[in-house]
Amino acid sequence: MSETLLEINDLAVSFSTQGGEVQAVRGVSFAVAPGETVAIVGESGCGKSVTAQSIMRLVPEPPGRIKHGSIHLNGKDLAALSDKQMRSVRGKQIGMIFQDPMTSLNPTLTVGDQLTEGILTHENISKSEAEKKAVELLNLVGIANPQERLKLYPHQFSGGMRQRIMIAMALMCKPSLLIADEPTTALDVTIQAQIIDLFKEIQEKTGVAIIIITHDLGVVAQIADRINVMYAGEIVESGTVKEIFYKPQHPYTRGLLTSVPRLDGDRSQPLIPIAGTPPDLFSPPEGCAFTSRCKYAMEVCRAYDPAVTHLSDRHFTKCWLQDERAEKPF
Amino acid sequence: MPNKLVEVKNLKKHFAVGRGKVLKAVNDISFDVYEGETLGLVGESGCGKSTTGRTIIRLYEATEGEVFFNGENVHKISGKKIKDFNRKMQMIFQDPYASLNPRMKVEDIIAEGMDIHGIYKGEKRRERVFELLETVGLNKEHATRFPHEFSGGQRQRIGIARALAVDPEFIIADEPISALDVSIQAQVVNLLKELQKEHGLTYLFIAHDLSMVKHISDRIGVMYLGAMMELADSEDLYAEPLHPYTKALLSSIPLPDPDIEESRERIILSGDVPSPISPPSGCPFRTRCPEAMETCAVKNPEWLEARPNHFVACHLYDPNLHKE
Ligand SMILES: Nc1ncnc2c1ncn2[C@@H]1O[C@H](COP(=O)(O)OP(=O)(O)O)[C@@H](O)[C@H]1O
Ligand SMILES: Nc1ncnc2c1ncn2[C@@H]1O[C@H](COP(=O)(O)OP(=O)(O)O)[C@@H](O)[C@H]1O
Ligand SMILES: [Mg+2]
Ligand SMILES: [Mg+2]
Repeated sequence: MSETLLEINDLAVSFSTQGGEVQAVRGVSFAVAPGETVAIVGESGCGKSVTAQSIMRLVPEPPGRIKHGSIHLNGKDLAALSDKQMRSVRGKQIGMIFQDPMTSLNPTLTVGDQLTEGILTHENISKSEAEKKAVELLNLVGIANPQERLKLYPHQFSGGMRQRIMIAMALMCKPSLLIADEPTTALDVTIQAQIIDLFKEIQEKTGVAIIIITHDLGVVAQIADRINVMYAGEIVESGTVKEIFYKPQHPYTRGLLTSVPRLDGDRSQPLIPIAGTPPDLFSPPEGCAFTSRCKYAMEVCRAYDPAVTHLSDRHFTKCWLQDERAEKPF
Repeated sequence: MPNKLVEVKNLKKHFAVGRGKVLKAVNDISFDVYEGETLGLVGESGCGKSTTGRTIIRLYEATEGEVFFNGENVHKISGKKIKDFNRKMQMIFQDPYASLNPRMKVEDIIAEGMDIHGIYKGEKRRERVFELLETVGLNKEHATRFPHEFSGGQRQRIGIARALAVDPEFIIADEPISALDVSIQAQVVNLLKELQKEHGLTYLFIAHDLSMVKHISDRIGVMYLGAMMELADSEDLYAEPLHPYTKALLSSIPLPDPDIEESRERIILSGDVPSPISPPSGCPFRTRCPEAMETCAVKNPEWLEARPNHFVACHLYDPNLHKE
């Protein structure tokens, strides 16, 4: 795939807080092609949501600040757009879905009013045409009796239904990119299965590209084409789903994979957790940020930032073990 | 057969929720917990897992039914025995942020139960706290700190130390790892397993993450809308689930393995869980069940031993229903 929909280059985002500067994102680069699904995984606090907020230009400034880097959508530099232009990008080209749909739905308006209002701000059509579109959207996201449901308020829906409505809103103007931040984390597994199915179906029908942020490796295995593994504000490994699951090279990626039990696994085998906790981002350590938790840490890891090593045209990792002088532990 | 430490018999817990309405959070469930085992309790949110745990440990009065601990009816215990019971049965909660008093030092949080029960006094108290901190993978420097100075995983360790402080026999762990990152979940689960081995503890492990429940449990009970649907050895439950709900639940779990996921057939349930205020007639699962029959709307299925030690509440396995 040579075509690029979204391209992020060396993005760095910090927040100034009472305790000092939190370096939430520290030099992130990745691209998304049209129609593909890219997952971002990593422990909480590693900068996944801030990365997503940066793409949509929704980082609260202050306290946040984009320190450097660029984000291009269809070749256009998003930083160069006016706020008004950016709002139109958010409605028309990028759709967003969050973990808690209630934070993005208006509790005082019926779902129908919210949908038609949204459609009317982006499209020059009549009210009745917009209403017809709202019905189509609810159909698309698998909500039965859409005419009836449009008259209801958000709180009258279950969590899973609300997430479907959020997805309908995000798809309103046929965006080319959907950003979903932990879209199933608050849902039960049977409902999660419905929503993941819905994502796949919608992608097939509309060809939308998806960036999905999740901590659930099972969800990732089900839906993603490629995975970015983030740690302490950086992408430490990136590759196709199969490269990451079957040939993980970064000790952090390996740790995430061995921490989760498998349904078909052996109960007598203890899980292999990652020791310790992530470093605080006020003063990220010199060298590799994972050193203090890494089983394979060497002297050099403490002192110098590891370089990026490419293992295939899409698989790379940032780890000193890739250096030809290092002994290979796995 | 090992000793039955806990026996739950036809337990019901109903809540009055205004306008004469009743919410049947737990509706007639029965199961035993054997000494030294881990019994996992799974099911989607709102199905009554926490209420079951809380009623067993007497945080709630039972609406009907009984709970026996070491042969003694816990809802009838009185006098001096109450204190003894309160010591032997402990609970670990889901939210490591809300369950620790922010104004208390870690050592006082851990020692609170010891103080109440008058065990480990004076010099012994401090020694015991240090020992417990070490047991759960913290150290004695942590004793004088406050909860906000700890990460989620560390707070959950403090919660575990607090539960262990009074030498309990039975621990109800209500979603003890749900709020933690996967890497930290594995740390806590390994710790719980080690402690069980060392101290001969018995666990009721409540969770909604079925992969983790299977990893930690010897047997598993599956709940739906206040009812127990199936109970079996954890290997059996995964290898040969009987109840259509268990089958759907298992097939909904995404596996961290893309090759398997590519070719996996899943049962996707339609719709949502009905309200426990007006549950369906007959079997609570029938409105979403892909195999529902006419009987299911009419008759509540009985709790049957369909295979040895494998219990299920489903008309599909009722021999009387398929005789004709
Ligand atoms: N508005 C904010 N103010 C201050 N710090 C923030 C803000 N938003 C995020 N952060 C910090 O940035 C870091 C990355 O956060 P986030 O991207 O939300 O992590 P996650 O990977 O869990 O989504 C964290 O240390 C977080 O505390
Ligand atoms: N104190 C209470 N008063 C009224 N309803 C309650 C109370 N506690 C729980 N419930 C209800 O009982 C049902 C079961 O809840 P719970 O036991 O917390 O489920 P779970 O732990 O499986 O998620 C839910 O419908 C819940 O809303
Ligand atoms: Mg986040
Ligand atoms: Mg609960």
